[in-house]
Parts: sequence; structure tokens; C-alpha cells
Amino acid sequence: MLGLEKKDFNLLMVVVALSLFAPLILNIFPKESAFAFFNGGYPDLMQRFAIFGIFAIGFNILFGLTGYLSFGHAAFLGVGSYSAVWMFKLLGYNVLPGLILSVITAGLLSVVIGFISLRRSGIYFSILTLAFAQMMYSIAYSDLFGRWLGITLTNGETGLQVYNNDPQILMGPNSSTVPHLFGLEMNSRLTLPVGPWEFVFPVGYYFCAIFLVISFYLSIRIFRSPFGLMLRAVKSNNQRMTYTGLNPRPYTLAAFIISGMFAGLAGGLLASMDPLAGAERMYWTESGAVVIMTVLGGVGTLLGPVLGAGTIKYMENIISKMNEKLLHDWFSFLPESLEKAMVWSASWFTGEGWHMTQGIVFMLVIIFLPGGLVEGGQKLFKRRKHKTEHDTKTKQPAE
Amino acid sequence: MGILEVKGVNKRFGGLQALGDVNLSITDNTVHAIIGPNGAGKSTLLNVLIGKLIPDTGSVMFDGQSVLGRAPHEINQMGISRVFQTPEIFSELNVMENMMISCFAKRDGSFRMQAMADMYREQDVVDKAEKMLVDMDLIDKRHDHTAAMSRGDKRRLEIAMCLSQDPRLLLLDEPTAGMARADTNNTIDLLKQIKEERDITIAIIEHDMHVVFSLAERITVLAQGSPLVEDTPDNIKGHPKVKEAYLGEAA
Repeated sequence: MLGLEKKDFNLLMVVVALSLFAPLILNIFPKESAFAFFNGGYPDLMQRFAIFGIFAIGFNILFGLTGYLSFGHAAFLGVGSYSAVWMFKLLGYNVLPGLILSVITAGLLSVVIGFISLRRSGIYFSILTLAFAQMMYSIAYSDLFGRWLGITLTNGETGLQVYNNDPQILMGPNSSTVPHLFGLEMNSRLTLPVGPWEFVFPVGYYFCAIFLVISFYLSIRIFRSPFGLMLRAVKSNNQRMTYTGLNPRPYTLAAFIISGMFAGLAGGLLASMDPLAGAERMYWTESGAVVIMTVLGGVGTLLGPVLGAGTIKYMENIISKMNEKLLHDWFSFLPESLEKAMVWSASWFTGEGWHMTQGIVFMLVIIFLPGGLVEGGQKLFKRRKHKTEHDTKTKQPAE
Repeated sequence: MGILEVKGVNKRFGGLQALGDVNLSITDNTVHAIIGPNGAGKSTLLNVLIGKLIPDTGSVMFDGQSVLGRAPHEINQMGISRVFQTPEIFSELNVMENMMISCFAKRDGSFRMQAMADMYREQDVVDKAEKMLVDMDLIDKRHDHTAAMSRGDKRRLEIAMCLSQDPRLLLLDEPTAGMARADTNNTIDLLKQIKEERDITIAIIEHDMHVVFSLAERITVLAQGSPLVEDTPDNIKGHPKVKEAYLGEAA
């Protein structure tokens, strides 16, 4: 089906099903219940799952296949966002031109950065990409190019946004004033109360999810293609590759550009959900985040980046919202002194301290599951399979 | 005119004259061995031939074209394949994938963007890779990861990968180093068989005289960076200069 082997097709269907039913799965707890706090099914977070899933899928094509660890992919994310907002300013709020431009500009930028950075490998490559991204961040933050040209290009620390006096030449008198796809507004949603539950189906999320599924499909095709094979050859043995008559440089550059374009798409989608673009989106912590997502989920696996992005974004949004008041409520059943102690120790890992939790989870995964969450899943699956096989074997003699 | 012509090649590393005025001609369709004591410059010469080192002076012509200044992948595409001292294969990939990489390189050249094709549906490449694996008796191991294979198997795979590219010249750098006697003899038989079946020139650098005299039709003896003599194996065996180079003046 769709040019995929059965196993890959099933994997694609899993992602389609997860994307389709995410609003149900992520709102598993009834609205008024004690656990409603853990529901991740609100539009803003679901969009992030999909968008950062795309970002990580693209990153994995470079890092997972070729082993080249880019530490500057946020530059493409940021450039994608700026491009999309510029399209909103010049043309209007339809998201399509913005997304197209964001992929193109990110692609062009990755040609330049990739061409220079890929002259080195290993840690030197990582440092070069990091340097480029930080340079892009500084340029955007100070609006250097804009000041040279005498215009506003990135609007510096305020961030780029759409103003009423922008040209927006494609806007008619009745056009929507929020990002939309031919009139379908991204921030509109369908709310469906079912008994104590309340399910929200946001347009913006489904729009992103479609791109997530397409990205996932493309990544499967790349993984299984001769091109993907060559990228794995780069990672495995560069020397044998050149003595087999293959030139690794164009292969790695192509992988770099493809992953840059994925990042640009993710950046464009971020701006499509919320028509703002700021320099902080290019900051090195964002580049680090996508590395962590990919490694946490499983480098070089198909599903890993999506799982990693989901896990990190969930922790970032849910754990960081656990404030002291909430903790007091949770531990209120305990005697007062014990409650205070619990709240005190838990506050290290929640709210502002969510980075601590992220760090610990990351460390545990790296130490015990070097292959990421996907490896964890595989181990679990194998053990169960092994156990059932074992059971049937031991039963056989009795028959 | 030989298929490979080395003329007046010099290479210095600081104060060390690694290669001094090397002239070498390898005739098409022969097995040519290059021997010499340690430090004679064998590896340096080989690295010059495959484009890894650029000599200070001199020329290296393969089939009428200069190889100097070309990237290793270009030299390979000209028709020179190299087998390394320690087998260089793609150790994270399985046997079939290894084989397919070299088959793709033969079919598509040094770069071709095929990001949407399914590698296992490129039937011509799959067929060729499978045929090579059958020929090399590796077909049962096609799904094995190469990292866990024995040295002999790794060597066979590496040679198979080189042969799938139909090279005109196959360079072998001590192909039996570190091998047990049985593996060494298997490798000799394999190389003999390759020579019989194919229109191929083989240049071999080797310490093991058993291997050299089993295979070579011509032998060049290198000593201190320069060719000492070049002759047939029978004449080399009793040559006084060769004895001297290997065993020292006292002999």
C-alpha cells in the first residue's frame, strides 16, 4: 500500500490513528475529575505535539541516518516562522503561501549552512552548526539586516507580528483576520461534551496533524530508499563509502537540506497557529530540545522522534504548570508536617523545576534504554512474546 | 604499456624519503605482487595509487588517464577497487545491504538522488547483489549483521563488494593478514578463481611469501622506497639482491 511494506504501512496507520484520535486519547480524564489536570488535549498543546513531531522527524533524517549531529536546527525553525509571518503581512492570513515560503527559505538557508558545516564532521560539524544558529539568533534579535536595509525585517526583540497598516494585498473586506486556510480559521474548534468528558477538536491541530502524517510517510519512504541506504552508509563507514565510488558530500548535504526544510515547515506551522515570530525560537536551547526529543524517542527509528517530541512537550506543558497550590491540594490528605515536606520536595521537580524532571527522565532513558523509548517498547513487546512462547512450549509436553 | 604506469614517483615525509623514484608498470590481466621488508614504502605506494596521498613528483596513469589529484571515489569509478588490510565494510548494516550499496554505486555513479524509491524493489540491483552473494557463498548470511562475522567472511564480503563494481584493477593490501592458515588458503583459492573467471588485473601487497608465490605472475621488490628488482616469481626466489634486502648484508 502506498509503496510501503506491510509493516511500515501498519506503522503509518498507527500514526494516523493516534493523530486522528488524539483529542479523545488526551482527554481521557473527565473534566471535573481529580486527574483532569493531566489531560493534554487542549488545542495549543496538541498543535505542539504535531509541529515538534515534524521538527524531530526531519532532524532524525539527518542525525538518525547520517549520524551528523546538528546543533543549530532551530535556525531553520525560526526562519520558517519569520517567512510565514512575512507572508501574512504582505499577502494576507491564508497560511498556504506562508508555509510554502517557510519551506523554501529554510531550504535555501540550509544549503548555505550545510555546504559550509559539512566540510567537517563529528564535533566540529556540531560546533559549526551551533555557531551559525547563534549567529542567526543574534542577527534576528538585533534586526541587523533590517537596519542595514533601513526596514523592519525581524522587528528585533519585540518579534515580528502583523499590524493593521500592513499591505496584506490579498485581503478582501470580509477576509478573516486570523490565520486560515481558504476561510477555515485555524483557531476555530468543535467542542463536544460527552457526559462528564469534554472533547475539543481544533481545526489548527488537525491541519498540523495532516502535515505530521505526510512527514512521517515521507520519512518512511526515505528510510527505505536507496538514498536512505547511502545515508546509513555515511554513518557506518565513510572510508569504505568513498572507496566504493560514492561521494558522501552530496548525500549528507541533501539530507541536511531535507531536514532543514522539515524544520522550516514546522516553523511555518508554529506561525500559522499563532501569527508571531520571535528570535528566541532560534536560540540554542531550541536546537538542544530537538536533539533531546530525538534521542529520547530513539535515534534512527521511524516512530522515535514523534514519541520523543510528544513526551517532551507533554512534560514541558503539564509538569511546568504544577504550582504549589496544586501540590498542596494533592497532598492535603496527609498530616500537615508531612504535607509540607512532600510539597517542598515535589516542588523541585514541578513548575519551574520541570527541567529537573526532564533531565532525570532523559538520563534514565539514556542509561537503561540507549535506543530510546522505542527500544523500551520493543523490549516490552519481545518479553511478552517470549513469555507466551515459553508458556506454550512448557504446556506442550502435557498434551 | 601496462594498465597502470607509475613513473618517477617521489614522496617525502619530512626527512624520510618514503618513495624514491618509483617506476612500476603493471601489465593488463596479470597478478602483480609488491613485496618488501617493513618500511619499504609498500603502503605509501598503495596510498598514492588510490588517491589518498599525492606524490611530490612523478605521474600515475591508469589506462591512459592520470589518477593524481582525483578524489578516492573518482578513482574508484575509473575502475580501481581496493581491499583493505583490516576488512572495511559497513559494520552497522547487514550483508545484503552492504552488497547493495556497492551495486548501487556501480549502477548510479557517485551520487544519485533516489529518495522515494524502495531499495528492495530495484530489481536489477537486488538480483545482482544476490548473485554476488551466491557466488561468494554468503547468501545464507544475507540477513546477518556484519559486525559479528568472522574475519574470513568479512574479507569475502569486502572482495565481493569490490567485484560487484567490475573493477579493471583490484588492489589488495595484505589480504590474509591475521588469518588462520585455512582462511589464508581459502582466500588464495578465491583470488585464483576470480582471476580465471574475470578480465581483471590484480595488484597485491603481501608479507606472506606463501600467498605471493601461489598467486603472483610478476613480483616487484621494494626496498627503502625504491624498486629493487622486478621479475617472475621463479627468478625472484633465488635473487641475491632480494635475499640481501630481506635478510641483511650478513646473509
